[in-house]
Amino acid sequence: MKTYSEVRISRVAVSAVVMMAVLAIGCGKKKIVLPPPPPAPAASGSVTPAGTGTQRPVVAQFAAEPSSVERGQAAQLSWNVTGATDVAINNGIGTVPASGSRRITPNETTTFTLTANGAGGSITANATISVTAPAPPPPPSTNTGRGEKGTVDSRLQSDLQDVLFDYDSNNIQDSARAIMMADAAALKQIFADFPGATINVEGHCDERGSAEYNLGLGDRRASSTREFLAQQGVPVDRLKTISYGKERPTCTEATEGCFQRNRRAHFSGGQ
Amino acid sequence: MTLKPVVLLACAAFVAQGQKIETNIVGTGGGKPALAAIDFKGSGSQQYMAAFNSTLFGDLQGSGLFNMVAKSFFPLNNPQRPEDLKTEDNRQGLALQDWAGAPTMATHLAFGYTGVVNGVLVLYGNVYDTRQQNIQSAQLMTQRYTGSLDEAGAIKVAHEFANDIVQKFGGSGSLLGSRIYYVSRRGTADELYAMDWDGTAQKPLTNLKNLLMTPGVSPDGTRIAFTTFAKGTPRIMVLSTESGRQLAFYNQDASMNTTPNFTPDGKQIYYSSSASGGPAQIYAADTSGQGFRRITRREAISVEPKVNPKNANMVLFVSGPGPQQIYRMNAEGADVQRVTNGEGEASNPSWSPDGQHIAFSWTRGYAKGDWNVFVMDVGSGQYVQLTHSEGRNENPVWAPDGRHLVFASTRTGRSQIYTMLADGSQVKQLTQQGTNRSPVWGVK
Repeated sequence: MKTYSEVRISRVAVSAVVMMAVLAIGCGKKKIVLPPPPPAPAASGSVTPAGTGTQRPVVAQFAAEPSSVERGQAAQLSWNVTGATDVAINNGIGTVPASGSRRITPNETTTFTLTANGAGGSITANATISVTAPAPPPPPSTNTGRGEKGTVDSRLQSDLQDVLFDYDSNNIQDSARAIMMADAAALKQIFADFPGATINVEGHCDERGSAEYNLGLGDRRASSTREFLAQQGVPVDRLKTISYGKERPTCTEATEGCFQRNRRAHFSGGQ
Repeated sequence: MTLKPVVLLACAAFVAQGQKIETNIVGTGGGKPALAAIDFKGSGSQQYMAAFNSTLFGDLQGSGLFNMVAKSFFPLNNPQRPEDLKTEDNRQGLALQDWAGAPTMATHLAFGYTGVVNGVLVLYGNVYDTRQQNIQSAQLMTQRYTGSLDEAGAIKVAHEFANDIVQKFGGSGSLLGSRIYYVSRRGTADELYAMDWDGTAQKPLTNLKNLLMTPGVSPDGTRIAFTTFAKGTPRIMVLSTESGRQLAFYNQDASMNTTPNFTPDGKQIYYSSSASGGPAQIYAADTSGQGFRRITRREAISVEPKVNPKNANMVLFVSGPGPQQIYRMNAEGADVQRVTNGEGEASNPSWSPDGQHIAFSWTRGYAKGDWNVFVMDVGSGQYVQLTHSEGRNENPVWAPDGRHLVFASTRTGRSQIYTMLADGSQVKQLTQQGTNRSPVWGVK
């Protein structure tokens, strides 16, 4: 079971304008506590100042081939660095030789950052492997037993994708329609394979809105998803909506990537 | 004899949108009585007096009504009984003017002692106005209190004495006996907990082992309504706060019934439901959920209905369109007006007992999700910010005394329950264990 997010929101987004507005707030003789200044921007691809007379490392090559794969397929990450004392790549790869390659099978689109340290400073380089969802597997030709059908839960896990939403919105995005068409086809097949099954359409939110309002928002997301699926011919009486608001996040980092993953409709097995 | 309510209303002035705004909520600084409370001694009960004295001082200071005089400025002698007072004591402390003058500069003096009578702890408490020439006219309170002969008894009589002093100085309502209800997660599931207003005696009221949210306590403190996921979808449940027994509540056939709140007369529950099929709307029903009727007819999600304690025809709620804001309407859902100014996102309105102010959560001036506690005079729209982005600060709820707020904050990491005065001072953390949120303050 997931726990509540315990991550504090970054104040990077507090703009200078807001700071000025806050500064304008004065209370007679009372001193107002100002929010702390935003942290310095992260150094991305930046160069640590080098000592005089020494060269910083040079990244001759850092690339993924192919740069786009279907989920489950591998890509080759290759690099060649000169003038470095140590070279490391994030996302679980760690310290590596100055030149080399590695086969990677990422589950989702991932940007790898190579960091090379040398006597003359540091340098970073990025390479991204884009992961696209594979086409839904073809439905089984015949219902030849439980072994091939799996369970409702395993089928929901393997055959359906979450429907993602914009902040404070329950509109079905154009970009979500292809996923939802595939979800509708998969749901029809699961209902055919499991005639007694019902499926929950869960509505979820990111952690920023209030818990109370987000219950209402999650309800709308589940409801919009159910309506769209009904239009595709999914038997709507077997889809039950549940709002979890922001109470069941799938991730708890205070990043837009995690917020987006939490703004979702998700499918789970019902009674 | 009752004193005129001391003017509690002092500065909280600030400039916003080019206008100078003055808001008077709770006093800070000048104009408050300077109260000297001696260290009471015990005759046969001395071992409990440390607990007594810290409780008395803490309650008086925590009331926000007094500037408490530092004990290091006290004269040498402290009176214990009214008959100890003299008209002249050469600044040694047995004359009231010894306390009124420098360096003590107290306007009022609380003194007394405890003794043991037939195995019972008895407190003899007094409060005098040090500025009166005549000892008889200086006497404001002389009162006797009894408790068990142990530390708990000493703390009880200290609370009662402090409460009477606070009432004497115009404090309305009382915290004595009041309880705070909140949602606590210890492990994987939420339960509803209760504790005394000072954070002691924390204990669970439920054993539902599921998500639990949005408690609302009845005005007499006997019932509590909340949202439970125990049957899958969010539904309203009502419990007796005394027995923990479940009381009947009819949930509409809907994917969601949530944010229940009792009306100030205790006869209805306003709540939010998706029963219409569209965005959640505000409904009202009797306290068993029967006779429900739809109040709002809006295109936007509408939650958190809060009826004004002095005017049943003024109901706040949280809604769109656009970023969530606080709105007001009449009891039938007409005359809808936005209360917050549209900046940021606003939620969690809580009425002060006098129906004049709301405490609420707002992201105004900060990033989305960076909630702070504000207080607003609803009549004028003037507001003050009480927390300043130390973590998320949400769900402020007024105490029955109208001077304190309870709220949840993530300032130390996980969400915990805090109290503070309604001017933002005297912040006190009440919970430590688990993750604790959504507090409400009941009269018992």
